[in-house]
Amino acid sequence: MTEQPMVRFENVSKRYGALTVLDGLNLDVPRGEKVSVIGPSGSGKTTVLRMLMTLETINDGVIWVEGEPLTHMERNGKLVPADLAHIRKIRAKIGMVFQSFNLFPHMTAMQNCIEAPITVLGMKRAEAEERAAELLDMVGLSQKKGHYPSQLSGGQQQRVAIARALAMRPKIMLFDEVTSALDPELVGEVLEVIRKLGREHDLTMLMVTHQMGFAKEFSDRVCFFHAGKICEQGPPSELFGAPKNERTRQFLHAVLEAG
Amino acid sequence: MIWDWAFAFEIIPVLARAAIVTIEATVLGFAIAASLGLVLAVVRIAVPWTGWTISVLVELVRSTPLLIQIFFIYFVFPKFGVVLDAFTAGVLAIGIHYAAYCSEVYRAGFDNIHRGQWEASIALNLSQWTTFRDIIIPQVIPPIVPALGNYLVALFKETPLLSAIAVLELMQTAKIIGSETFRYTEPITLVGLFFLAMSLVSAALIRSLEGVLNRRTMR
Amino acid sequence: MGIGTLVGMLVAALAVIGVLATQEEYSLFLPGLLQGAVLTIEIAVLGSLLAVVMGVLAALARMYGPAPLRWLATVYVEIFRGTSALVQLFWLFFVLPQFGLSIDAFPVAVLALGLNVGAYGSECVRGAIQAVARGQWEAATALNMSRSQMLRRIILPQAFVAMIPPWGNLFIELLKSTALVSLITLSDLAFKAQQMNQNTFKTIPIFTLVLLMYLAMSLVLTIGMRFLEKRASLGLARGKAA
Repeated sequence: MTEQPMVRFENVSKRYGALTVLDGLNLDVPRGEKVSVIGPSGSGKTTVLRMLMTLETINDGVIWVEGEPLTHMERNGKLVPADLAHIRKIRAKIGMVFQSFNLFPHMTAMQNCIEAPITVLGMKRAEAEERAAELLDMVGLSQKKGHYPSQLSGGQQQRVAIARALAMRPKIMLFDEVTSALDPELVGEVLEVIRKLGREHDLTMLMVTHQMGFAKEFSDRVCFFHAGKICEQGPPSELFGAPKNERTRQFLHAVLEAG
Repeated sequence: MIWDWAFAFEIIPVLARAAIVTIEATVLGFAIAASLGLVLAVVRIAVPWTGWTISVLVELVRSTPLLIQIFFIYFVFPKFGVVLDAFTAGVLAIGIHYAAYCSEVYRAGFDNIHRGQWEASIALNLSQWTTFRDIIIPQVIPPIVPALGNYLVALFKETPLLSAIAVLELMQTAKIIGSETFRYTEPITLVGLFFLAMSLVSAALIRSLEGVLNRRTMR
Repeated sequence: MGIGTLVGMLVAALAVIGVLATQEEYSLFLPGLLQGAVLTIEIAVLGSLLAVVMGVLAALARMYGPAPLRWLATVYVEIFRGTSALVQLFWLFFVLPQFGLSIDAFPVAVLALGLNVGAYGSECVRGAIQAVARGQWEAATALNMSRSQMLRRIILPQAFVAMIPPWGNLFIELLKSTALVSLITLSDLAFKAQQMNQNTFKTIPIFTLVLLMYLAMSLVLTIGMRFLEKRASLGLARGKAA
């Protein structure tokens, strides 16, 4: 294989004191792949996304993005922990959508979407607004541009959050349980937007999700995490259809029972 | 010389005696503040129609300077035949001023008591007075001790205002030393250090008290 | 207390002053007291400005500054919160000249009150910044903002709303503390009252008027801060009330 993977976790560990959250994780994600991460709570699945977004530091290993180190940088041929300038350069390729939306409450939907393009990318306001309008249209909210987050439903807020992340033109999108905080009847509209993104854009996507049906239908690969490790991974048809690992079977059984 | 150690040591005993007056004023003032504040908060609940009047009174006291209130009690009360010496007038003014603040603390404490506690007491046919004394007050006081402690420290730091009506507390004593010797640096700095030390110690005490109380309510 | 009650109290206070002003016993003192009130307001306004500047600077220095700046800010806050305003006022007024630094009473008053309240203000700035949800920092990080961009564009505008009520209380404290400047020879409202009282012994009219005037000033400030709070939280709360 000649092309560098979009994301590579190389022997990455994360510990909080005595507690090991992730234990020597190795994972390659090629360009354009859609990976779903599932597993019981406390299995470290959300930590994977948060480390890639640099919201958490790592204790061991290296994370690579398009062949360049994210958590480290090269100095005299050696890898040393990255400084903020280096992190910001690489991090620009990654966008993230959060479980609790995290929209900026003092800004309208439009302002949320143009803030970072203007301040971080140095875009002209008119250009940023044009792009944001396209994105808000894409997520079906062209009527809500001037609304504040508190005036929007959870599903609408989450769609603004997706548009806001896309406005930074990331190559990698991270979705961290993006439907978990939503009322059941609003889940569909958000998943529909993600489906559309998958069809129309050449994005690499990693998502942590509890929506097994969606993971099955949408992703190219599913990783089942347990106790800080990838316990089993494979195409959804295999992992959901014929899980090999006993823990995977137990987990899927419990989830399907409940749902 | 900018700082004279010999002079500083010479005046420390004088200032120490004055510090006792400061501490007396603090203790008596806070005793008034804590008890009058509790009375105001309880009356508010026991006699509902007084709520608005008490709110306005509290607002009046909190909206005007303590210094003016001290002058008012010291100079105006005698016109009505109530002659108070400077120390009593000053302590009374400080006590009333901080009672207004304390009553709001108690009030917040009462508001935090779950309705169910009152309802359970009614169901057990306890009298209102017994409910207050045995059920409500013991639950109200511990969580608000840190807030009351902060007001105790604030009150302590305002006692130098008594120097304005010539009570011989720390500040007044320091000023007298200054005017007699034309050296203000040592007495006023020492007074400042005394307040700083006491404030830091009490802040640490309140913080550890908060820790103890938090642990107790965590159970 | 509701804003209606506050406005009612303000109207009542002004009405009582107006009625009293028709009595010669009272009107005699009004011009002098008003003169004092002007100085009181000047010191309160300038002191408040200094307090805000010091509060924000000290809070930012303590949270994000390099170590020496952090210590300096901590020492400043602890000293000015640990000793009382009057001690600070006297120290600046009586002790500084002995170091050869003679400052007029007016700047000393503004400096002492501004530094004193600024030390308390830094704590409420810090609290308000820390109260902004962690998700806001994370979202700004995911959008690749720099630390100063996050602070300026995302965090401070939200913290600002939470700061208004505690700053309102601090401004009231500062306004009340201005009475202390009468003790360093400045002829503010409290000084005028003392002076007239000593000259005329008309204690009741003088102190009644003075209390009412301080009350009116405090209420104007409280009501103003309530309005500011309402306006500032509009963007955050829009739609929530519906």
